[in-house]
Amino acid sequence: MSPLDIDELLSNPGIRIVVCCGSGGVGKTTTAAALALRAAEVHGRRTVVLTIDPARRLAQSLGLTELDNTPRLVPGTKSGDGGELNAMMLDMKRTFDEVVAAHTEPRRAAEIFANPFYQAMSSTFAGTQEYMAMEKLSQLRAADTWDLIVVDTPPSRSALDFLDAPARLGRFLDGRMLRLFLAPAKAGGRSVFNLVTAGFGMVSKTVQKILGAQLLSDLSGFVSALDSMFGGFRERAEQTYRVLQDPQTAFLVVAAPEPDAVREAAFFASRLGVDDMPLAGLMLNRVHRRVLPLDAESALAAAQELDGVSDLTADALRAHAAVALLEDRERAVIAGFSSEFAHVPVLEIEAQATDVHDLDGLRSIFA
Amino acid sequence: MVTGKGGVGKTTVAASLALALAAGGHRTLLVEVEGRQGIAQLFGRDPLPYAERLIATTPGGGEVRALAVDAEEALLEYLALFYRLGAAGRALRKVGAVDFATTIAPGLRDVLLTGKVKEATTRTDEQGRRRYHAVVLDAPPTGRIGRFLNVTAEAAKLAKMGPIKSQSDGVTALLRSPMTSVHVVTLLEEMPVQESLDAVAELRGLGIPVGKVIVNCARPALFPGVRKVPQTELKRGLAAAGLAADKATVVGLQREAQAYLARRDVEATLRDELTELGRPMVELPLRPGGVDLTALKDFATTLAAS
Repeated sequence: MSPLDIDELLSNPGIRIVVCCGSGGVGKTTTAAALALRAAEVHGRRTVVLTIDPARRLAQSLGLTELDNTPRLVPGTKSGDGGELNAMMLDMKRTFDEVVAAHTEPRRAAEIFANPFYQAMSSTFAGTQEYMAMEKLSQLRAADTWDLIVVDTPPSRSALDFLDAPARLGRFLDGRMLRLFLAPAKAGGRSVFNLVTAGFGMVSKTVQKILGAQLLSDLSGFVSALDSMFGGFRERAEQTYRVLQDPQTAFLVVAAPEPDAVREAAFFASRLGVDDMPLAGLMLNRVHRRVLPLDAESALAAAQELDGVSDLTADALRAHAAVALLEDRERAVIAGFSSEFAHVPVLEIEAQATDVHDLDGLRSIFA
Repeated sequence: MVTGKGGVGKTTVAASLALALAAGGHRTLLVEVEGRQGIAQLFGRDPLPYAERLIATTPGGGEVRALAVDAEEALLEYLALFYRLGAAGRALRKVGAVDFATTIAPGLRDVLLTGKVKEATTRTDEQGRRRYHAVVLDAPPTGRIGRFLNVTAEAAKLAKMGPIKSQSDGVTALLRSPMTSVHVVTLLEEMPVQESLDAVAELRGLGIPVGKVIVNCARPALFPGVRKVPQTELKRGLAAAGLAADKATVVGLQREAQAYLARRDVEATLRDELTELGRPMVELPLRPGGVDLTALKDFATTLAAS
């Protein structure tokens, strides 16, 4: 297991994007913010951090008071050497609106915005958040204003969703399938799919039964309004995907030293390998480390002896034993990952008593 | 229903609860809906199919069965049930129609998943007795629980009438009835507690009954009444136990003890915030060595007694 040198990564001018991914609840957002802050303050880089859904107090400490999709300078950062830290929070709906507006004429755009199906899907569609995060990333990259973009990924069920959802959504929006299903709903519509459509009659009838005619007619309206931009969504999703394969991009998989999170990290690591995406390393948050090199069993045995003799020492030894047991278990979990991915450098961050919610807290993470 | 922020141990608590409710010879069903196969991993089994499998027994003839609900399978089952679509349903899947239907209507996915839970809950045998004494759902995390359980509103956005509408109405009635209870699992850490508070408020707003607040991984209560851990006392204690009592050892042990005390203060504040919710609270102890079946059974005993 080789150690991950975060400073080498952040100071490398060839690295323009750092993507923090991993399953929910492992501290991705905090990690992303801490990396970006260090890049700006220690390595003098013009940095922007794109956060998805930061906890309230962390958002406040980054000066993020509103969801406005615009990078803003984070107050209170020390900007020597030309480095600066900007932060923004993803506004999923607004980003979607922007994509639509950019790809279609105003009248059509207005039609799309008014469509009930669009309204529902632009805020709840499975994968919309991932798609829009990628879209935003690609916009920031294209602007070329930043030395480094650090991205937090949406809190999905699986870390892989970040990679898969955009393509899935793109496929859907450009959907041959979508048109096939809707073809019979379009009265008298001349369709090149007519032959195929006959076979799909049963399918679309069933879909109609399940979803109801209203939904299909909204959907149909949505699709015909989107006609002008067919191809656009998939193309954009593919473009962003290529940005992620670029050697200027570095992926950091974030995990907690728990079996579930590490298993998820392992899935992600092998997936990145398959897709030729550059994995820079694994960050393990909230790792427990004993200060005293005493094993848990001896500590507990001694604690029992000391009950009534020195209660304070007995409890101190019990506190030590708990940390030591945690450490042993975590090491076993990490060893499982490292034996499979020996080439992936690992950085362990120790558990802190309190959550991080100010800049000093963020600074201390990599100090 | 068992919810909580990601990573707090929802699956562990849900499994313990299913064991607890199976005590006394009952049969319970433990359900997961997120495709994570968390139950199989917890019990050290191969991935669960879309079928109810015996996963544990309890003294007195109790049984816990487990089911991993898959939205696609649930949709096919639903179609077979209501539209007599057997082979045709599988054809639908082949052409991607099922994926299509669940993708264009994310609400549909949730209606299908909660619908399956309702079906298991209300299922009866030939004598009209309920098949399951209780159904425990390892539900989506706090961030998504409101939307997941508020199926009517989600479905109504998309379907104003039709089978989806009636299906979701049935689920909604069950979810708001006294037969349902949503337990919230948390750690004594800031983010999970904040999300628990938010989720309880959201569930209350939706009229869905909130059950217990379950604190997972609670650390043992050490150092009663102590604020400072002096080195002199540690030195004396270590020597008395025949352990090394050199400066480095004493300082190391003191640092660990002070770290424990610092966390204890944070935890006390968080515990107070949870208490203010006015819901019964249960604490399940931290198992530093990991959770096995013995631990689950111990947790079940604690939950049953609460």
